[in-house]
Amino acid sequence: MSFNILIAVCLAYVVVLFLVAFVAEKRASEGRLGWLRSPLIYTLSLSIYCTAWTFYGAVGYATRSGLEFLTIYLGPTLVVVGWWLLLRKLVRIGRQFRITSIADLVSSRYGKSNTLGVVVTLLAVVGSTPYIALQLQSVSLSFSVFANEAPVGVHLADINTTALWVAAGLALFTVLFGTRNLDANERHHGVVTAIAVEAVVKLIALVAVGVFVVWGVAGGPADIMDRIQQSPNAAWDPNLGRWISLTFLSGAAFLCLPRMFQVLVVENADERHLATASWAFPLYLLLMSLFVLPIAVVGIGMMPTGANPDLFVLTIPLALDQNALALLAFLGGFSSATSMVIVAAIALSTMVSNHIVMPLWLQANGTGASMSGDVRKVVLIARRTSIAGVLALGYAYLRISGGGASLAAIGLISFAGVAQILPAMMGGIFWRGATRTGALLGLVVGFAIWAYTIFLPSFGGASLLPDHIMAQGPFGIGWLRPQGLFGTYGLDPVVHAVFWSIFLNSCAFFVGSVLTFPAPMERLQGAQFVNIFDHSKGAQGWTRSMAETEDLLVMAQRILGPKQAQALFRTVAQEQGKAGYLPDPEPVFLERLERELTGSVGAATAHAMVEQIVGGASVSVKDLMAVADETAQIMEYSSQLEAKSEEVARAARQLREANDKLTELSVQKDGFLSQISHELRTPMTSIRAFSEILRENDGMTDPERRRYSGIIHDETVRLTRLLDDLLDLSVLENGQIDLTLAHVSIDGMLDRALLSGKPHEASDTLRVTRVSSRPNVVVRTDADRLTQVFINLISNVYKYCDATRPELTLRISDIGDDIAIDFVDNGTGIRGRDQAVLFEKFSRLGDEKAAGGAGLGLAICREIMGRLGGTIAYLPGQGGAAFRVTLPVDATGTQNPPDLKHS
Amino acid sequence: MDKHVLLIEDEPNIIEAIRFILSRDGWRVECHSDGQSAMEAVRKKMPHVVILDVMLPNRSGYDILSDMRADGATKDLPVLMLTARGQTKDREMAERLGVSKFMTKPFSNAEVLKTMRELVDA
Repeated sequence: MSFNILIAVCLAYVVVLFLVAFVAEKRASEGRLGWLRSPLIYTLSLSIYCTAWTFYGAVGYATRSGLEFLTIYLGPTLVVVGWWLLLRKLVRIGRQFRITSIADLVSSRYGKSNTLGVVVTLLAVVGSTPYIALQLQSVSLSFSVFANEAPVGVHLADINTTALWVAAGLALFTVLFGTRNLDANERHHGVVTAIAVEAVVKLIALVAVGVFVVWGVAGGPADIMDRIQQSPNAAWDPNLGRWISLTFLSGAAFLCLPRMFQVLVVENADERHLATASWAFPLYLLLMSLFVLPIAVVGIGMMPTGANPDLFVLTIPLALDQNALALLAFLGGFSSATSMVIVAAIALSTMVSNHIVMPLWLQANGTGASMSGDVRKVVLIARRTSIAGVLALGYAYLRISGGGASLAAIGLISFAGVAQILPAMMGGIFWRGATRTGALLGLVVGFAIWAYTIFLPSFGGASLLPDHIMAQGPFGIGWLRPQGLFGTYGLDPVVHAVFWSIFLNSCAFFVGSVLTFPAPMERLQGAQFVNIFDHSKGAQGWTRSMAETEDLLVMAQRILGPKQAQALFRTVAQEQGKAGYLPDPEPVFLERLERELTGSVGAATAHAMVEQIVGGASVSVKDLMAVADETAQIMEYSSQLEAKSEEVARAARQLREANDKLTELSVQKDGFLSQISHELRTPMTSIRAFSEILRENDGMTDPERRRYSGIIHDETVRLTRLLDDLLDLSVLENGQIDLTLAHVSIDGMLDRALLSGKPHEASDTLRVTRVSSRPNVVVRTDADRLTQVFINLISNVYKYCDATRPELTLRISDIGDDIAIDFVDNGTGIRGRDQAVLFEKFSRLGDEKAAGGAGLGLAICREIMGRLGGTIAYLPGQGGAAFRVTLPVDATGTQNPPDLKHS
Repeated sequence: MDKHVLLIEDEPNIIEAIRFILSRDGWRVECHSDGQSAMEAVRKKMPHVVILDVMLPNRSGYDILSDMRADGATKDLPVLMLTARGQTKDREMAERLGVSKFMTKPFSNAEVLKTMRELVDA
């Protein structure tokens, strides 16, 4: 086949692609998207993952390393099948925040840090350059295969010239279709449709070659299986480290490669397309890989030794004079290479112009520039220059590296390079604690280790790293050797590089994040990225200023509380001469609002919040609300705490009061007990002392002996009476007494009391006068108990009345419904301050030891009168000591104590 | 030697018992029954030993002890506190105030005698 025909077919194919892209672009611009938005197109566009490396290189890979090439398909398959976990979130974030590239994603997540954007861009460019070089090389090689009609003896000079032409052509296509518009969503319907067509072409081409090899060259599947069995390639001897590393690497690359991010996230028109892709894309990969091993095995069998296995897909049909098939295979490889380069160039140029060129340009021309036509032109020029620059870099890499390395090796270097973005990206969307510093540290560390361990050594003979460093490490430090870091010799270079770069990258990322605090903007973005599914789309459609004020009010309410916020807004609105509660967002008002918010959330946050709403910037209102909600929750929590602590204080107060009361009671009880103790010990002291005297002193006179025995007797009586009184009082106080109620005569009880109250030794010197307005009055009561009270009062007169001729007047009278009995003597009476404690226990007044009382008598009287429903009280102003006892009397002349039935 | 004791106590039977015991042992016993004027009596009589009750009319034995310890003339006088209040806190209170000996009622006559001899010998 003549080389010219090849060129013609190739050009025709390119023209078709141009047409497809043009038509799709036209339909899109007319709004007739239709099938352009089908999930199938989306799935096919993902196939740019399968580059010339996959198309040609997989066979070479299989020839060299057997089944290991499958790992390159395994990683993406796992990612796509598990789309629910990761891809859905990425796509949602990408769409919601209008992410234009992976550099934009990382930069946005970490507070719109342009430094991060630049770093990721540089990493992506450097990482992608070998890959682009690989595509150029493969296209050039395939050209030269046709040019020489020989699989060997390719001249480098030819390759380089061809590669230059290919690079230029691709640059032109990319510029034309990749920079047609500057839509915010950065979607390229023309390009995507074209690469979908290319995806079909490369699949058909590879399957066609495979079918030819299986059924045309070999004797069908069975024969192929035999050949595979016999070839060394089928040896199932997986190096586990490499398998895991490569699967991880391909999965990471699938997410982090700028071109993959472009088609996966940026060009995604509908999240639901992911569901289709989750089964359709693995199927595509399966078909692409199905014939790799058969082609490799057949190629090894039939091609001369030394033939480049990376080109078997092309050289087998050529060797068997299947020119049409070879042409198809060529177009397949061409499609693989061009689609990858185009999308990669678009993605990279977007990053370069957005994160490097534009910031520089804006800085040079002042920041006041708006999106005027002037700037649009600058952006377009920046993009186009970037595209050219990216391809120029790829070409330069091809020239410098000499194109010697095998395709697969170059691909893996690229994969490892872009995989360095993974920790920052994953951490960013799943971990709110991730910070800008952490991300930056991780990226820089990972990037440096990648460059040192695998990228720089890949330049081989023309190495940027001198041989002695490779062999002995820098400055002769062995453990810093590029392929034996920290003494990990003997590892596969790829495994070694992937392990160390990703491991140290992740460590740096984690440690950096833990040790630093995120800025408010980072915090906001982090919260939104991580909780992307928690937010639903808010209502829209107000005019801008109204919407802003409304948003401000909603936010302010969450922070200040509805009442305070509404009052503030209404006041300001009135000041502005407006009705209602939505003032214009004038600077004065905004400053005031900010001040109000500062009190609750701090100055920086308040400023950021107001700024974000009014500045109409990058953070949506919903997300601010999320932050405000968090603040509100914290405040609510703290006010709950406050309420709780008040409750606790109240409980403590009650506890203290109860304790005081108990202490008081306990003090009273202690006092009572020590009183009893004293009252009991005093007679016991006399008894013991005199007993000992009587026992130990023989020479006592009879009168002495009699006197001391008498004291012992009296003290024993006193002790007994005290115990009786105590028991009586305790029974009365506990309410355990049984009252025996009967109709009894007051006069009769007084007669009995006068008899009993008279001490045995007393002479009959007390004159008693009885005065009664109610002669023969009868009450219903407990006669014994009431008599006990009377006896007590009468015996007190005998004991304490200090008149030389003691007299007692007993008066019975009616007082309202009650009957009153007064006991009045002619002594000096009781002092005012003593009257107050008269009825307390042990309240003997003055020197009354001689009387032999324990001070419980009146206390017992009071208890008894309480039980009988009456009272006993001191009656002042009667000359001598005077007590009044009252009893309720009903209409029938009987008293009726309220609690008798219960006693 | 004339051993002189001032007994500050208000319970007649106890006064009589103590007077009997100490007199037989050669003590000259004087008595005072009112709390209020007790300090005055101590200063006037200046005995070798003071026997002090706690529950006295008008002024407690603790107050009297405290007054004695604060007065230069009486601060070193041996004091035997003889009380029906035998709780630990009562003993502690007396010791804090500088009591020489503390005994609770009812007491053993022999022990009172022994203590009194110790106090006057010291």
